[in-house]
Amino acid sequence: MAPPPHPRPGHAAGRPPPHPVRRRVQQHPGPLWRLLSSTSFRIALLFATLFLLAGLAFTGVLWWGTAGTLERQIDAAIRADALALAERWREAGDDAVAEAISERLALDAEDQTAYLLTAPDGRRLAGNLEQLPEDYRTDIQWYAMTLLRDGIPGEARLYVVQLPDGSHLAVGRDVGEKLRLRALLTEGLAWSAGVAILFAFAGAWLLRRWLEERLIPATATAALIAGGDLSPRVPLAGRDDEFEALGRSMNTMLDRIAHLMEGVRGVSDAIAHDLRTPIARARSRLEEALETSDDPAALKGALERGIADLDNVTRVFQAVLRIAEVEAGARRAAFAPLDLVPLLADAAELYGATAEENGQTLRTEWPKSLPLTGDRDLLLQAIANLLDNAVKFTVPGGTITLSAEMQEDAVLIRVADEGPGLSAEDRQRVGERFFRADSARATPGSGLGISLVRAVVQLHGGMLWFEDGQGTQPDYPGLTVCLGLPVA
Amino acid sequence: MRILLVEDDAEVGRFVKKGLQEAGHTVEHVPNGREGLFMAAGENFDLLVLDRMLPGGIDGVRLVETLRGQGNHTPVLFLSALAGVDERVKGLKAGGDDYLVKPFAFAELLARVEALGRRPAVDAPATRLKIADLELDLLSRTVTRGGKRIDVQPREFRLLEHLMRHAGQVVTRTMLLEKVWDYHFDPQTNVIDVHVSRLRQKLDKGFEKPLIHTVRNAGYMIRAEP
Repeated sequence: MAPPPHPRPGHAAGRPPPHPVRRRVQQHPGPLWRLLSSTSFRIALLFATLFLLAGLAFTGVLWWGTAGTLERQIDAAIRADALALAERWREAGDDAVAEAISERLALDAEDQTAYLLTAPDGRRLAGNLEQLPEDYRTDIQWYAMTLLRDGIPGEARLYVVQLPDGSHLAVGRDVGEKLRLRALLTEGLAWSAGVAILFAFAGAWLLRRWLEERLIPATATAALIAGGDLSPRVPLAGRDDEFEALGRSMNTMLDRIAHLMEGVRGVSDAIAHDLRTPIARARSRLEEALETSDDPAALKGALERGIADLDNVTRVFQAVLRIAEVEAGARRAAFAPLDLVPLLADAAELYGATAEENGQTLRTEWPKSLPLTGDRDLLLQAIANLLDNAVKFTVPGGTITLSAEMQEDAVLIRVADEGPGLSAEDRQRVGERFFRADSARATPGSGLGISLVRAVVQLHGGMLWFEDGQGTQPDYPGLTVCLGLPVA
Repeated sequence: MRILLVEDDAEVGRFVKKGLQEAGHTVEHVPNGREGLFMAAGENFDLLVLDRMLPGGIDGVRLVETLRGQGNHTPVLFLSALAGVDERVKGLKAGGDDYLVKPFAFAELLARVEALGRRPAVDAPATRLKIADLELDLLSRTVTRGGKRIDVQPREFRLLEHLMRHAGQVVTRTMLLEKVWDYHFDPQTNVIDVHVSRLRQKLDKGFEKPLIHTVRNAGYMIRAEP
């Protein structure tokens, strides 16, 4: 087994690639093998077979048509001849018939006819046949016989009539024409079969060329992507056929993959960027404590802060993973019909105490019931995150409003606060992971809350948007976060 | 309590074992599922603390399913690095009684271990819970302290009930979130503290002895002694 011509770097360390032999056979087949094993060849072969079958059927019909007609014509000629001779016998007797027979035999230069006239006792009176067919029976008139033509036996048909006095008259004709016709048709069929096979190969080759040409954009794109570049897309020619449909669905798939990859990259960037800070902080605190502190109480305090920092790292990490889990859509399986009202009530109850503690008022407003299909835990967390933000940003004495209403085919949830609000630019960026508006820097938080809300809303096929709040104080215009969740 | 700890990570195992022993429990530690199942099926334990992902062909979920199939109903606490919501559900469905995600604070683990270990002792249909002069009537849903009626909201009643059912034990914030609010996420801000302090104000107002105590770095505990 020769080593593969281009060993892949991943296998350079001595481990052979899996199934090297099979790989090579698949990679470097001969051109004929490639043609024979291609789908286009199979399609062409199918068509050639169908063509041949159609040819056979056509030839069959032709055969029955022409050979049958020929036979009928010959039979009619034989019968007419026999009737004429029988008529003659009635008018003029044996001798006249014998004379007529010898006349006809004399005229027949090609030995195509056969005649026999026998006396009632079976004796031959005239004709070129020796005797009646051996299997002669009075109730059968037609017989097949062999006629020697130039010493070569040929097929013939014989018509035997019994004359009123018991003598027999037999008239036969050579049917070699029919056999020649059969040979001709067979030859024609053989030729057309050959041509059909030729067409099958030529057609396979053409079809293959054409298919390859139409598939090249898709395969080339796939090869580029396999090479590591995710940006190329299958070029679309604007024709509305199967290949375009394939290209389109490939592009959709690639867009989705690219989106997911971006998400993964976003997560790893975020982890790299935003977890480094708290980890670095924890590390420096612990290190500093180790280096400088001889005071056990101070050392203990530093350790505690270090653990708190690590807990914070875990929290951020957990939130990032949860968002990724939701964005991947894996939680759709947990969807169930639910009523949003108790869920909203739970969230309001959970945060109501905190709001009250802060001197804020939490107003709630919703109908009796808001049926919806979704994931209870995630929706609860989304609402809780929004309330958490609202409680954090609303000024003391301000009002937070949690309201929900049923619209045509969606539930509209609003969380309105009386905080510093968000500028138009910041609204664009809210929901990016770890984004925190400048005005929010002073408050605790990871900047992941709205990212999770957005992911949950997207999982439910809904929308998230922001509206101006109804804050009454000039510096606190407030912000309203709106969620539209489709009912079905 | 006699506790079986099945944990393949030596460091985590050592840390948990030491901590539980210091809290006065007897701990057997095995590093894989096969030995764990052997021990759990063969000896009597008050509680199993299981890692979910274990070497040796039997993971935590299989182990619990096997035990439950044998009619063994020893309480099980899962310790797991699998933090997905579904993972948690999977663990509880298999027969686990509680689920704690790694990394965890030891205080959290200890509180849950003690809550589980002593859980069903008073599952008799008690209609009244009593701590010092505080009484909870589960039928009329009323709270009285020193004979004086205290008005609490329904959720505060559930919060107090949970604390009183675990009187003398530490109840952590996440345990309260899970058991009282059925909320399985980290709420970032300490919403629970506000609820507890409101309840505490209602209970202790006008009384000298506080009943709900904050346990530093852990959670809350209700007890008669200061």
